[in-house]
Amino acid sequence: MKGMQGLGVLLGVLALSPALAAETAVAEATDPLWMVGLKAFLVIFGLLTAFAYMTLVERRLLARIQIRQGPNRVGPTGLLQPLADAIKSIFKEDLVVAKADRVVFVLAPMISVTFAVLTFGLIPFGPKDAFFGYDPWVIDLDVGLLYVFAVSEIAIYGIFLAGWASNSKYSLLGSLRSSASMISYELALGISLLAPVLLVGSLNLRQIVEWQHQNGWLILYMLPAFAIFLLTSMAEAARTPFDLPEAEQELVGGYNTEYSSIKWALFQMAEYIHLITASALIPTLFLGGWRMPGFMEQIPVIGGIFSLPYLWMFVKIAFFLFFFIWVRGTLFRLRYDQLMVFSWGRLFPLALVWFLLSAGVVAFGLPLSLLAWLSLASLVGFLVYAAVTARPDPKAPSRLGNRGGVRV
Amino acid sequence: MSIAALAQSMGITLRALFSKPVTIPYPDAPVPLKPRFHGRHVLTRHPNGLEKCIGCSLCAAACPAYAIYVEAAENDPENPVSAGERYARVYEINMLRCIFCGLCEEACPTGAIVMGYDFEMADYRYADFVYGKEDMLVEVEGTKPQRREAKYTGKPIRRGYTVPYVRPELEGFKPPKTK
Repeated sequence: MKGMQGLGVLLGVLALSPALAAETAVAEATDPLWMVGLKAFLVIFGLLTAFAYMTLVERRLLARIQIRQGPNRVGPTGLLQPLADAIKSIFKEDLVVAKADRVVFVLAPMISVTFAVLTFGLIPFGPKDAFFGYDPWVIDLDVGLLYVFAVSEIAIYGIFLAGWASNSKYSLLGSLRSSASMISYELALGISLLAPVLLVGSLNLRQIVEWQHQNGWLILYMLPAFAIFLLTSMAEAARTPFDLPEAEQELVGGYNTEYSSIKWALFQMAEYIHLITASALIPTLFLGGWRMPGFMEQIPVIGGIFSLPYLWMFVKIAFFLFFFIWVRGTLFRLRYDQLMVFSWGRLFPLALVWFLLSAGVVAFGLPLSLLAWLSLASLVGFLVYAAVTARPDPKAPSRLGNRGGVRV
Repeated sequence: MSIAALAQSMGITLRALFSKPVTIPYPDAPVPLKPRFHGRHVLTRHPNGLEKCIGCSLCAAACPAYAIYVEAAENDPENPVSAGERYARVYEINMLRCIFCGLCEEACPTGAIVMGYDFEMADYRYADFVYGKEDMLVEVEGTKPQRREAKYTGKPIRRGYTVPYVRPELEGFKPPKTK
């Protein structure tokens, strides 16, 4: 996996230069370069706008979960709040710590946000030529998934360099902690994706979507992989159950302690863009991408809307964004050791076992339905486990030992 | 923390998401106050119109913040101001010193000073926070800045609260109309 990551990073860097990418990795280079550029601009513009409004939506939804109203003062029902936030964060005093490594200090948030933005263009939003006669994706790479993870992993460098360049021990500790947890989760993330990739036989996101259109959504065959991917992508985007990188309630902050003004906003931006990318990747990989299942398109009269491009992708992205906010409004933050134990002790072995099972199914040419049954069995097993652990025996010694009779 | 408990808590937050927010958008909507709210003091009158205050200064003595200043004078028997022998010629409360504890109300032997409901007293000058009789008698509506604003704009005084009912001690006090 380490080797693969290294290779991925290399390929990712190569793919950054469009000219190189056009020669080496583009499957069907059909769109003219100016169109690719325009679409890249649109994606980046869209992502930044989505980030801005995501902050508003998140604040409003979290407020409603806490039975409050949330920001509603700027503009009609608070719709201009992101604008006000942007103006505020741009015009705030931009501090650079006296002993910071100035170059790296300035560079770190840029690295974070740049590499966060770079992955979204791979996600297909419709069939070929659906974007005014052009393809509804920026670039179509055969190494698609590998590129996505290689590039989004570079964002960790932003975090690490930020902590290091701040020349403050708390920032450094925070950044070490964040990079350690992110790299740990990266492991389970990568392995959970090996199984679907093996099954589909392609890393190309477009082909993964096509495969799902023909054979049914991958979530049916790959439920454990889906669950692991969902959890780990939350950790990758530093979302609440795993948001130790900036545990604002108990720490001053993590790697971003010394950052202020627009540099701090850039870190936020990177984090939200990771989140949006994750909520676009999850449906692309497991929930049929921009398509709805084939049988729905057969329904008379209304069947047509199930094959519309864009629509379903946006619906699915919105669903997962909502899900992430919902989780943030509900769950508490894991302690650091729990975080690591959960990744290395639970998710990683589970991902490995599932990978071996599905590799066996693929290698021996067993029918696809076997995987569906295995998925179902794992779901049943999970529910049984949930039911068994539902009411813990209050007298049983807790994992941390019985302290004064109180179950910790 | 079991998985079942996690699922249960997700359900709780989902239900909360669709419940009505408890937020009161205060400057836009009035705050519902309880009848015993400790707001700006009211100097009440007897039903025949005479002031209840007899200028005994017990309120000033009880005041832990030394916010009250009373100067008493003899009533003119022909044309009395209060029901007693004497009345308060000057009755001032410094609202910046007042801690709205209500001890003045408890000390008052005639029930003249009663805690009211007005709380919107933010103003610009120190002197404007000293409320005299003309600002606190029961028929006076609103606070100093509110009345000043109403005078300039020509609009009725807008008080940012509602009360379900006025307690009997505040007889004669007219709260803003509850919807």
